[in-house]
Amino acid sequence: MTQVNNAYIVEEVQAAFGTDILEHQEPYGMLTLVINPAKIVDLLTWFKQHPIIQAGFLTDISGAHFPDLKGGELNAVYHIQSMTQNIRIRIKCFVPVENPVIPSVVPLYSGANWMERETYDYYGIQFEGHPNLKRILNVDEMDYFPLRKEFPLEDGTRTDKEDKYFGR
Amino acid sequence: MQESIELNKEEVKEYTTLNLGPTHPATHGIFQNILKMDGEIIIDAEQTVGYIHRAFEKIAERRPFYQITTLTDRLNYCSSPINNMGWHMTVEKLLQVEVPKRAQYMRVIIMELARIADHLVCNAVVGVDTGALTGFTYMFQWREKIYDIYEQICGARLTTNIGRIGGMERDFNDDVYKKLREFLKEFPKAFSEFCSLLERNRIFFDRTINTGVISAERALNYGFTGPNLRATGVDYDVRVMNPYSSYQDFDFAIPVGSNGDTYDRFMVRQQEMWESLKIIQQALDNLPQGKYYADVPEFYLPPKEDVYNNMEALIWHFKIVMGEADVPKGEVYHAVEGGNGELGFYLISDGGRAPYKLHFRRPCFIYYQAYPEMIKGGMLSDAVVAMSSMNVIAGELDA
Repeated sequence: MTQVNNAYIVEEVQAAFGTDILEHQEPYGMLTLVINPAKIVDLLTWFKQHPIIQAGFLTDISGAHFPDLKGGELNAVYHIQSMTQNIRIRIKCFVPVENPVIPSVVPLYSGANWMERETYDYYGIQFEGHPNLKRILNVDEMDYFPLRKEFPLEDGTRTDKEDKYFGR
Repeated sequence: MQESIELNKEEVKEYTTLNLGPTHPATHGIFQNILKMDGEIIIDAEQTVGYIHRAFEKIAERRPFYQITTLTDRLNYCSSPINNMGWHMTVEKLLQVEVPKRAQYMRVIIMELARIADHLVCNAVVGVDTGALTGFTYMFQWREKIYDIYEQICGARLTTNIGRIGGMERDFNDDVYKKLREFLKEFPKAFSEFCSLLERNRIFFDRTINTGVISAERALNYGFTGPNLRATGVDYDVRVMNPYSSYQDFDFAIPVGSNGDTYDRFMVRQQEMWESLKIIQQALDNLPQGKYYADVPEFYLPPKEDVYNNMEALIWHFKIVMGEADVPKGEVYHAVEGGNGELGFYLISDGGRAPYKLHFRRPCFIYYQAYPEMIKGGMLSDAVVAMSSMNVIAGELDA
């Protein structure tokens, strides 16, 4: 039986997707792939159908906002896992904040429905092809995306908690 | 004439819209289901969630690491200690800290107690929703006893904030051992009585078998984890797949069901409680001697004695309380087997005093999506039981 480890997956995925895999790292042992957002559905389908890796379980979708990363401010993070091989893989897509569009993976995983709605609710990432992309946790009338970094949590006029007082 | 009236009846057939929730006793939490009913049969359902959304992920971005534990308390409040431990372990993974064996075993004891408390509430409530209130009153008494043990360990009962980053805040005192032994001795007797009330009960069979069914394939597609997934026959358990906190040292089975119906979910939880008791017994018997916290002075508060008498300890104390400790940059995902399934913490750290981003993978939020699919075509009264057997906890659902 083939030894499935991170190196093997990288080799396989690069053979199949080539330059669409923009980057790969292994922070704390978990393989992290950065992929061209347009290819996310193809990649997840490929992982699901791969005869050896069999990563057919979508654990989680979340987002992140990096205001300094011009052209890829918003970030959708997919965690998938293979129950047969007991391996977890993290996949990231970076999209510009002006036009944050990522194809929806709901046709592939029913469970992605609310995960994508939550990510949309928090970050405003548009999941194209989602059957019902509306807010889930916040009120429908909300007209901003609260987890973006331009909304500091505390009153901006407070100075006693600024990082500079803590030597940063 | 007769014929045309019949035809009209066909045309104007109307469905009833029924609001199940947001504040209905049968939902056991604040979430709404808008049901489309044909008499007593459910045609369609749509859930609305978010009633107790508290924006934990946003709040966490401004809090020092040790203060986030109190947020995790309020996720699945039926088993807060598991959430607390999950968070401590996530940070320990980020810091690459190895916790001493004794602390790991202590954590296992507490987490398994929490699992019993969680499953106990769930299954007792399944009983209530099928009309058997007696079991509930019996079992809540035992949940109280578990809470008494928590109280001896950490001083709190429901939102426990138990343990610290790097270990446990204090060692078990004599009362904890006494109460634990008492629990291990007395609980199985009472629990067997509860089992005999429901497990082979004809009325209970009729209410639960073949209701709220989901297949293994659909459950996996929906991202089910925990007892609800195991009820469909998939033996996925984080404790075995990715052992944390020394779970590999213990001998226990993963109970699985076959149909994925309400009865299977109930039975998987029942069996898991027996397994949890076995784990607690093993951990208590083999509890290693030694320290109960790791050497992480930048996160683990020094003893008060030292803070008053020792300069270095005072400095650490101040730095920790002000949230000044340095953390490495990086991102980690850590999962624990919560009461309801895989509870994951996805943490991005930029080296600052608070996480750059923290995401909770809440099992409830993910599997509750499947609820309409599970209840469609069934009776309203079965839908209520199906919901309580899924153990949807509003705190975990909304974060």
